[in-house]
Amino acid sequence: MRFPVVVLRFAVLAAFALAGCGKQAGEQATSSSDEVVVKIGVASPLTGPQSHIGQDIKNGALLGAEDINASGLVIAGKKIKFEILAEDDEANPTKATTVAQKLVDAKVVGVVGHFNSGASIPASKIYADAGIPQISPSSTNPKYTQQGYKTTFRVVANDDQQGPVLGRFAVAKLAAKNVAVIDDSTAYGQGLANAFEATVKAAGVNIVAHEHTTDKDTDFAAILTNIKGRNPDLVFFGGIDTQSGPMSKQMKALGIQAKLLGGDGMQTPNFIKLAGDAAEGAMASIPGLPKDKMPGGKAFLDKFKAKFGVDVELFAPMGYDAVFVFADAMKRAGSTDPVKILPEIAKTNFNGVIGPIAFDEKGDLKSGPVTVHVVKGGKWEALETVTPDGDKK
Amino acid sequence: MNALLGTSNPRLARGGALLLAVALVLLPLLVGSGFGNAWVRVLDFALLYIMLALGLNIVVGYAGLLDLGYVAFYAVGAYVYAILSSPHLANIPAIAALFPLGLHLPMWLVLPLGAIIAGVFGVLLGAPTLRLRGDYLAIVTLGFGEIIRIFLNNLNRPVNITNGPQGITQIDPIRIGGVSLAKTQDVLGIAVPSLYLYYYLFVILAMLVVFVSMRLENSRIGRAWVAIREDEVAAKACGINTRNIKLLAFAMGATFGGVSGGLFAGFQEFVSPESFQLIDSIMILCMVVLGGMGHIPGVILGALLLTVLPEIFRQGAAPLQVALFGKVVLDPESLRMLMFGVALVAVMLYRPAGLWPSPTRQRELGEMRGNVP
Amino acid sequence: MEILLQQIVNGVVLGAVYALVALGYTMVYGILGLINFAHGEVVMVGALTALTAINLLVGSGLPGPVILLIGILAAAPVCLAVGYLMERIAYRPLRNAPRLAPLITAIGVSIILQYLAVLIWGRSYHAYPELLPTAPFDLFGARITPTQILILVLATLTMVGLLLLVHKTRLGRAMRATAENPGIARLMGVDTDRIVSITFMLGSVLGALAGVMVSVNYSIAHYQMGFILGLKAFTAAVLGGIGNLGGAMVGGILLGLIEALGSGYIGDLTGGVFGSNYRDVFAFFVLILVLIFRPSGLLGEKLADRA
Repeated sequence: MRFPVVVLRFAVLAAFALAGCGKQAGEQATSSSDEVVVKIGVASPLTGPQSHIGQDIKNGALLGAEDINASGLVIAGKKIKFEILAEDDEANPTKATTVAQKLVDAKVVGVVGHFNSGASIPASKIYADAGIPQISPSSTNPKYTQQGYKTTFRVVANDDQQGPVLGRFAVAKLAAKNVAVIDDSTAYGQGLANAFEATVKAAGVNIVAHEHTTDKDTDFAAILTNIKGRNPDLVFFGGIDTQSGPMSKQMKALGIQAKLLGGDGMQTPNFIKLAGDAAEGAMASIPGLPKDKMPGGKAFLDKFKAKFGVDVELFAPMGYDAVFVFADAMKRAGSTDPVKILPEIAKTNFNGVIGPIAFDEKGDLKSGPVTVHVVKGGKWEALETVTPDGDKK
Repeated sequence: MNALLGTSNPRLARGGALLLAVALVLLPLLVGSGFGNAWVRVLDFALLYIMLALGLNIVVGYAGLLDLGYVAFYAVGAYVYAILSSPHLANIPAIAALFPLGLHLPMWLVLPLGAIIAGVFGVLLGAPTLRLRGDYLAIVTLGFGEIIRIFLNNLNRPVNITNGPQGITQIDPIRIGGVSLAKTQDVLGIAVPSLYLYYYLFVILAMLVVFVSMRLENSRIGRAWVAIREDEVAAKACGINTRNIKLLAFAMGATFGGVSGGLFAGFQEFVSPESFQLIDSIMILCMVVLGGMGHIPGVILGALLLTVLPEIFRQGAAPLQVALFGKVVLDPESLRMLMFGVALVAVMLYRPAGLWPSPTRQRELGEMRGNVP
Repeated sequence: MEILLQQIVNGVVLGAVYALVALGYTMVYGILGLINFAHGEVVMVGALTALTAINLLVGSGLPGPVILLIGILAAAPVCLAVGYLMERIAYRPLRNAPRLAPLITAIGVSIILQYLAVLIWGRSYHAYPELLPTAPFDLFGARITPTQILILVLATLTMVGLLLLVHKTRLGRAMRATAENPGIARLMGVDTDRIVSITFMLGSVLGALAGVMVSVNYSIAHYQMGFILGLKAFTAAVLGGIGNLGGAMVGGILLGLIEALGSGYIGDLTGGVFGSNYRDVFAFFVLILVLIFRPSGLLGEKLADRA
């Protein structure tokens, strides 16, 4: 019976050999005559409960690469062609590191990803070891850029940036006295909700309840009933549109008069679709100036819809801009070598779809204006642009 | 090794063991140079899953207790390592006063501690469920797994123990005698990268787990487990203390999970509740059942297949379509999952007892075919 | 007091949702002793198929309830086909295999159904149109929407219908015989294969109904919606005593009440140490307690060693 063990090993090797063939076949169709192909990795969940957002990021990056290729990027006298290498990290930290290693092996110049902080953080070590810059379009955990790596950047406000701005908005403009807070028990939602809560509490606002749900739930009747009993004048939700949509519907059904306020995870077309009439009056913020005041904002949304046949979910603009940040850094560095690009990314000063992009010394997005939107007549409308008061950098 | 190789001829066995050892040493080099470091990382994870699957095999394969929450023990091991070997605890003032940089206990202390705590949790799960059988046991173990995950996700207040959904960062890498496995190290003049160092550590520990499993299988306890699996009432009548023996199965299985969890935390240097979901428990159970319950080589095969197969599909899904149709017709990620689902169904249809069931069990099944409706 | 009443209403409605799904589980389990883990996915397929039909009709001027009915009627045959194929391909060949083998094929079937759904409907969360009036009724200060009332009524009707079917008809007698002992049933002239097939198809049609109603209530449908729903329903079925139709109803309502009252009052009970984030812990804790004292669930008969 010694035989099977050996066979087993060979079977594994044979399997690898097969896989290798597949990989080589994929790599063949790369370079033509005088074009230089530059690979940009994209890592996000393409399967599982969050795959709609992962696909959104991937599509954003694909569109970014397409636009750059169409504009004819030339670096060091050579025409550059961006190629997106998209991998599925399944929102799973274990898979994230495997995928990261795969992208490093494939010699990508930079990585757009990952979606979840829980995937971005373990993967960042692998990119840092390989010296490859990583721009996360969506990971908001402050720890991500605080690990001491030079390669970690993000093009999204972290929780410590967006939460306080929203908090000040609630106190100053909405004159909230009694606030109920709900979070979705994820790194993003809870981080945002806690930062918000700390700010409004410091301003003397009464927190009447802090309830929790999950990012998979659709029934919020119990926690909303609890909140109803405490009579808040504002309900803050840390989480994304797939929860806040049904939530605002259920708030209406229960007869809760308080307004719903959320962060950038809620300021999406899908929120209005899911909430229906109940969306009216809901408010959510998004970093940057209002889309229609931004060069290319509206055009981006239309182009995206035309190409992929679906609306932007959430983070496609961030994925799109991240690719442009790479291109921009390459132009200034005059090279496609990650070692040369890295210091240039840190110096980025670029106007993207999401607004002005510049990084602080850690790689976080420098706090810019945050625009709070409100749903009016079934559409998001800019309500007010709040500038950070300088207490955070 | 003899028993694993299934031969009583000492010379043959020695030769086989030697061959196996050489193969195991060379495997990552071949894989790494041929297909890239990503595959070495896949191998590292495959070894972790082998240890997990062998642990679950004790509970499900030997003792016949269906456990759908096994990943909880992996989580306990990982969090014990993470909390005790990272700067995290420095956020609690009382501890920060004594250890301003957090606790950084060495691996040889933390791993066994994680194993013991996981074992205690195993007994905690086992004790209230002794009377339950089959599907009722499945739902309770499933609930237990979820309870542990929810606690990990929420124990950041009132006292921040687990850092909640944000997870624990900057965990110390595994160090052996002061040598960190997270960096390329010089071994006898050869520069060995981190991934390979972890591979060799995991291979050694996996072999240890295999060895312990084999000794357990052939011990008094192992036979008692099998007796309970086959007929609990008869086992009791034969004088087996079914309560203690069942608890022991839960505890032993949990211990293996705890060790793997500690290794995972040191390897990843980051833990968060996302790594310990119900789907992970289900996958580990699939490894055991798909490979061949209660049969060590089968379980190893199952763990290898279920870690390696999805990665192969990942590589293959898009190029395969290009080869067949000239372009990518179907979304490759969905196709990959479809192929995985089909593979699970197909294997079970053709090998209902698993890919490599134990010879005795296969015989029993053959006999059963005739008379059961 | 109003709050307590509202929480009870919330719990009962949520429980009815669980019960509706759990009835499908329990139906199959009662006959075959097999947990059809892919049942949640059948529910999902039902919801998404109906959505396609509903979206085609939504501008046609037909009244909402009629569109809803057409949606259910469109989803039912699709789910029936899915249920039939599932049983034929993934379960029937394994009827004499080791007990855990069908568990693996069930997981395989779940994955297949989920990703077929991605290929057909995509990854987005789809909004379900509002087909029923949304203005809530006032019930001594608590509010309940017409959709929620419909769910309660449907869950009850389904349970009663199934009980009548199983206990009062010829088909039901054949089902009970098959559940009792398939070998003997076959000797008595029962075509057990056919009975099992019918059971599966019936369970799947129930899944279609459940899927549409759940999606209408929460106005959302998604290819992964079946997993959590299936899990909760399975828990409810076990709580009530799996295989027992009344048990599915009792278990569902009880689980719904535990979740609603748990997340409503756990914070006050523990002085704020635990909050609504521990809702599922609370639910599973009660489940474990119940099973310690009644190892076969609340209404379950003491089974011979099925394991």
